[in-house]
Amino acid sequence: MSGKKGWKQLPLGGVIPGGGTSDAYVTGGWRTFRPVLDRKKCTNCLTCWVFCPDSSILVVDGKHGGFDLKHCKGCGICAAECPKKIQAISMVEEAEFKSEGVCHAEG
Amino acid sequence: MPKGKIAGITGNEAMAEAMRQIAPDVVAAYPITPSTQVVENFSQFVADGKVPTNFVNVESEHSAMSACIGAAAAGGRVMTATSSAGLALMWEMLYVAAGLRLPIVMACVNRALSAPLNIHGDHSDSMGARDSGWIQLYGENAQEAYDNALMAVGISEDPAVRLPVMCCYDGFTISHAIERVELLADEAAKKFVGDYKPLHPLLDVKKPVTYGAVDLQDYYTEHKRQQVEGMTAAKGAIRREAERFAKLSGRSYGSFATHRLEDAEFGILSLGSSAGTLREVVDELREEEGIKVGTLKLRVFRPFPAEELAAALGHLKVLAVLDRADSFGAFGGPVFHEVRSALFDAAKRPRIVNFIYGLGGRDLTLEEGRQLVHRLKKAADTGKIESHYDYLQVRE
Repeated sequence: MSGKKGWKQLPLGGVIPGGGTSDAYVTGGWRTFRPVLDRKKCTNCLTCWVFCPDSSILVVDGKHGGFDLKHCKGCGICAAECPKKIQAISMVEEAEFKSEGVCHAEG
Repeated sequence: MPKGKIAGITGNEAMAEAMRQIAPDVVAAYPITPSTQVVENFSQFVADGKVPTNFVNVESEHSAMSACIGAAAAGGRVMTATSSAGLALMWEMLYVAAGLRLPIVMACVNRALSAPLNIHGDHSDSMGARDSGWIQLYGENAQEAYDNALMAVGISEDPAVRLPVMCCYDGFTISHAIERVELLADEAAKKFVGDYKPLHPLLDVKKPVTYGAVDLQDYYTEHKRQQVEGMTAAKGAIRREAERFAKLSGRSYGSFATHRLEDAEFGILSLGSSAGTLREVVDELREEEGIKVGTLKLRVFRPFPAEELAAALGHLKVLAVLDRADSFGAFGGPVFHEVRSALFDAAKRPRIVNFIYGLGGRDLTLEEGRQLVHRLKKAADTGKIESHYDYLQVRE
């Protein structure tokens, strides 16, 4: 718990002053399955971006830019919604990425 | 300063007057006996344009407290009133109000909890909420109910405190009995409570804030520790508001008030409306039988004034703590536990016994008070305590 603010420094009542702070709160650690993109199959239709409940599909120049693994919970909706003929996203057990550390890397 | 007036009104009417003078931004309430008249009168003031408050009609007390929490987080000065089952239905939200550090002032008109169904006064409602994080002030009469409400605003809103306050007074005995009450002039009351400067108001859209975010193993402990500090700061705020109020009204308030206790051998400690009866008992027994007895009326139960109580009670031979609520299966009632604990480390301390009294509105009579003192004297004379925990008024 070192490095975290003590009770004398924290705002009262758990109030979080300032907006947009959920970006700084890493929730990707909740994930059991990680989405992995096969770029050869992906057509950049961005159906996954439409359906992702955590805004964790990154878009770069109008194309699929990978996953925001700091916030992706591994729900698998992106993989399920990827069109049947394409199937560009597979869900891989997080344990497979053990050597990479947990969830902090951008996907 | 404009002069106030003297009125013949009930405790509830006095509370409604205090609320009108405080003129909160929002009052959200659901009527329940015996607090109904507070809400009834206040909503009439709103309907008649006598107070600019936004009065929210809700469908339950859970909703009433939820609306109060929302309005307080938005940045408003907020009040409500309830009793008994109404307070019980607020339970979940009482902790939220305190945990979010929202200054809300509530009139808690004490009433027994069911079952069996009973609408009359005892302290089982507010005593059950003693761990919810609310400051608790107990008024003996209509005057104190009114005065406590005015002082509660400044206590609650103190930047170092920021905790909700319950202003408790006994159902029917105080809420429905007409008494002489000195009311401040509206202008004087308005000036006394001052303007409210909210901290982190949700309606300040230029400074967005989050209320009620999840707070897990990594921070929850720190936020609970902060609440302890708020209660500690409340002791100073309660003193300060009492001093300010005394200058304005001539009426002085401490954490408790004693009557002929300084040279006493026997003491009786109680909260609320029974204090007047017990003072009468003390005066009679001192005059007629020469028994050195005194009383202590506890006004502030949260934060509990442990050190002050130990200093005021240590010299007694035997002390009776009167609880108007039981804690079933415990070793006595809630006030007893804490008073006894406060005195445990005192260099000198009395024998302390507990009596449960006044349940479901049962009156404490002068004769019962006299019998009580005789039991204390007998315990001192024989050195034997019959029982540390007993019901004062019960048929075998």
